[in-house]
Amino acid sequence: MSNYYLNRRKFLQGSAVLGAGLVAPTIFSRAASAYTNEPGKGSVVLGFNVPQSGPYADEGADELRAYKLAVKHLNGEGDGGMLGTFSSQMLKGTGILGRKVEYVTGDTQTKSDAARASARAMIEKDGAIMITGGSSSGVAVAVQSLCQDAGVIFMAGLTHSNDTTGKDKKANGFRHFFNAYMSAAALAPVLSEHYGNDRKAYHLTADYTWGWTQEQSMIAATEELGWETVNAVRTPLSATDFSSYIAPVTNSGADVLILNHYGSNMVNSLTNAVQFGLREKMVNGKQFEIVVPLYSRLMARGAGENVKGIFGSTNWHWSLQDEGSKAFVASYGKEYGQPPSQAAHTCYVQTLLYADAAERAGSFNPCAIAEALEGFEFDGLGNGKTLYRADDHQCFKDVLVVRGKANPTSEFDLLEVVNVTSADKVTYDPNHPMFAGGSLGKCNPGA
Amino acid sequence: MLKKLRTSDRALMVLFTVFVLATPLLMAPLGAGYPDLMQRFAIYGIFAIGFNILFGLTGYLSFGHAAFLGVGSYSALWMLKLLSINIVPAILFSVVVSGLFALLIGFISLRRSGIYFSILTLAFAQMSYNLAYSVLTPITNGETGLQLDLEDPRILDNASEGGQLASPSLFGLEMGDTAVVPFLGMDLQFNVGFYVSALVLIGMFYLSLRIFRSPFGMILRAVKSNQTRLNYTGFNSRPYTLTAFVISGMYAGLAGALLVCMDPLAGAERMQWTASGEVVLMTIMGGVGTLIGPVLGAGIIKYFENIFSRINDSVIQDWFSALPDGVADVLVAVVSPFLGSGWHISLGLIFMLVVIFLPGGLVEGAGRIMNLITRLTQARKTASHRSDDRPSDDDVSSEKSSPGSVNTRES
Repeated sequence: MSNYYLNRRKFLQGSAVLGAGLVAPTIFSRAASAYTNEPGKGSVVLGFNVPQSGPYADEGADELRAYKLAVKHLNGEGDGGMLGTFSSQMLKGTGILGRKVEYVTGDTQTKSDAARASARAMIEKDGAIMITGGSSSGVAVAVQSLCQDAGVIFMAGLTHSNDTTGKDKKANGFRHFFNAYMSAAALAPVLSEHYGNDRKAYHLTADYTWGWTQEQSMIAATEELGWETVNAVRTPLSATDFSSYIAPVTNSGADVLILNHYGSNMVNSLTNAVQFGLREKMVNGKQFEIVVPLYSRLMARGAGENVKGIFGSTNWHWSLQDEGSKAFVASYGKEYGQPPSQAAHTCYVQTLLYADAAERAGSFNPCAIAEALEGFEFDGLGNGKTLYRADDHQCFKDVLVVRGKANPTSEFDLLEVVNVTSADKVTYDPNHPMFAGGSLGKCNPGA
Repeated sequence: MLKKLRTSDRALMVLFTVFVLATPLLMAPLGAGYPDLMQRFAIYGIFAIGFNILFGLTGYLSFGHAAFLGVGSYSALWMLKLLSINIVPAILFSVVVSGLFALLIGFISLRRSGIYFSILTLAFAQMSYNLAYSVLTPITNGETGLQLDLEDPRILDNASEGGQLASPSLFGLEMGDTAVVPFLGMDLQFNVGFYVSALVLIGMFYLSLRIFRSPFGMILRAVKSNQTRLNYTGFNSRPYTLTAFVISGMYAGLAGALLVCMDPLAGAERMQWTASGEVVLMTIMGGVGTLIGPVLGAGIIKYFENIFSRINDSVIQDWFSALPDGVADVLVAVVSPFLGSGWHISLGLIFMLVVIFLPGGLVEGAGRIMNLITRLTQARKTASHRSDDRPSDDDVSSEKSSPGSVNTRES
């Protein structure tokens, strides 16, 4: 039906264009460096990928402040912060391996798609050699696998899901932050001591990887105490009003509400719960209680009065009195006029750990850095003695159980440390069922 | 195949092909010459072209097109996981699945027109989004997003070698491979994934051109200008609108599949209503019912999203660092709300300007500039040869269109 018209010249022209298009990318192949984004002599670029919008924007802003501070300290500006207290004394404030540290920033929007696009831009456009950040485990898992494929190191920021170093662990990814299992293991004894062993719990859970593993861990730990789980309800991460989820709690017969929420989710759900008068209620002859397994000062500030007396766990708190924490709080306070949050702390520490690993390895090659970090034991970074376990790239350290302070002395003094659970109490086998199912694979240097 | 086209269309097709293939060269000075963004230009161009076949030709405004993008992404990723890391089966499968999905949704939604149709499609898309987020978590992996895994069965080419995830490829050509060529102080990045998307884009552009020029396209335009009258003549238009809906759904599915082939992750937020709104913006900004408009609109919106959003305060300070301190501070304070995380504001402003002053989109703007140039050269000619006849006058008057015909005129 068609008068398909094709003469020799047109055919040749057409196939030349097509051929050029297809072949051009392959004849050069990738640049001749040993690994992705091998830095030049003068400087090295790090990519800080944090949420600047969405439910975790507060944490993201604090992370970014910490990253900027870490870069300053690595480049020898400011007072050096934890560089002085870090047990490995390789970092001298002369950049990393003699190169000045530069950085690029991006907005993850707390969405996996946007976070990966942002990370890819950093790697492809800006030549970032390491990506760090993330304030959501969904994002962290997504970006971690991107970094694995692209052949750069991912230093996870605030990500608390078991999966990040469990079923979704990757050889190029490392996590300093603690996880849901550790939170539950640290909280359980304290909950048992204060609330007894005969309780009925109702869970509200953020509906994504972190929420799921947090809920699973808390249910496992509390049921071991003898608690009963009445119900576990999933709520969308983007939700801002939780009244419709809180209302059913009052008639469920539960006497403990466990909020597996973080960031503004937690602020809103806790506020709703208090508005519904849950904290004044008596159920089954017991005072109704609320537990927030993962706590942060930023959230406590957001929730205001409502956090008083509520238990939770945290990775680090600025009131700690060890040398590392004091140095960091002083340095951060001088820069920004407020104490750092746990998100800021873990991000700062991750940057230092990366820089130190590069110094010890003598190279920016992701495989060399991974080797330097695996099984690395260190101290002086605010958490006491810490181990970067080689089996899953997870840090093992003490976990803090905290409670909302009854009489805060300042707008920052909102949490009190109730108990420091030692690292051995929260250590688990790498093949624990909650973490099983994935494998690290092999480190990928890209290129 | 170009023989069958009108001369102007042939020129358009050739120009389009040249520009698309030269993207790495054209975009590098604008800071957008890196693979991820160029791939997005091409893929969202396909998405918008497909959307324009429905909206531009029939006037049916679908507010749920992101659902097809999402369905395409998920089905392509499952093919990559289950069958083969080669992108061809993934793309074919996702086009089929999104076509079937569009058939189902179109069959129901097209019973109504106007705002009711828009609301129906929006409702279906939000439903798909919420399903992907909650009930269908085993298939979609919810908020975390679906990814490739070391344990994927991949029947045709199984076994991930050396504990490393395979990356999607076209018969061995990996999508992530990039050739970096230094050129005039810039690094041009020629990326396999981009060229695959670009070739698909060119093919899809040609297909849309043929649809626009076909009798089928004519009927769709008749639906747009007056569907009631068309029905009164005894002509059943629904099969035609449904076909257009399915075709545009398949375009969206193809775009979704390509997204996954370039970056193997499918997240539910891809189906959210904001994503559906985005493609409407792209089409309107570029020019509804024009051939090239949607591609332009997609490029501009993606450029804003990826480049403007990354301009942070320190970059802005660098721009004005040469100026005296006070002036620089004022300028930074004025400019910074519109850049970085405020990129939505400047995009919104531009969108308003386009809609108010150029209802036919950027293509109308280009057309006006062309007209102006022709008129100016014309004026000069008539001034120098006052008594001569004016041969090109006819062309100009035929270029001028009657008011309101912007939507049916092609660029």
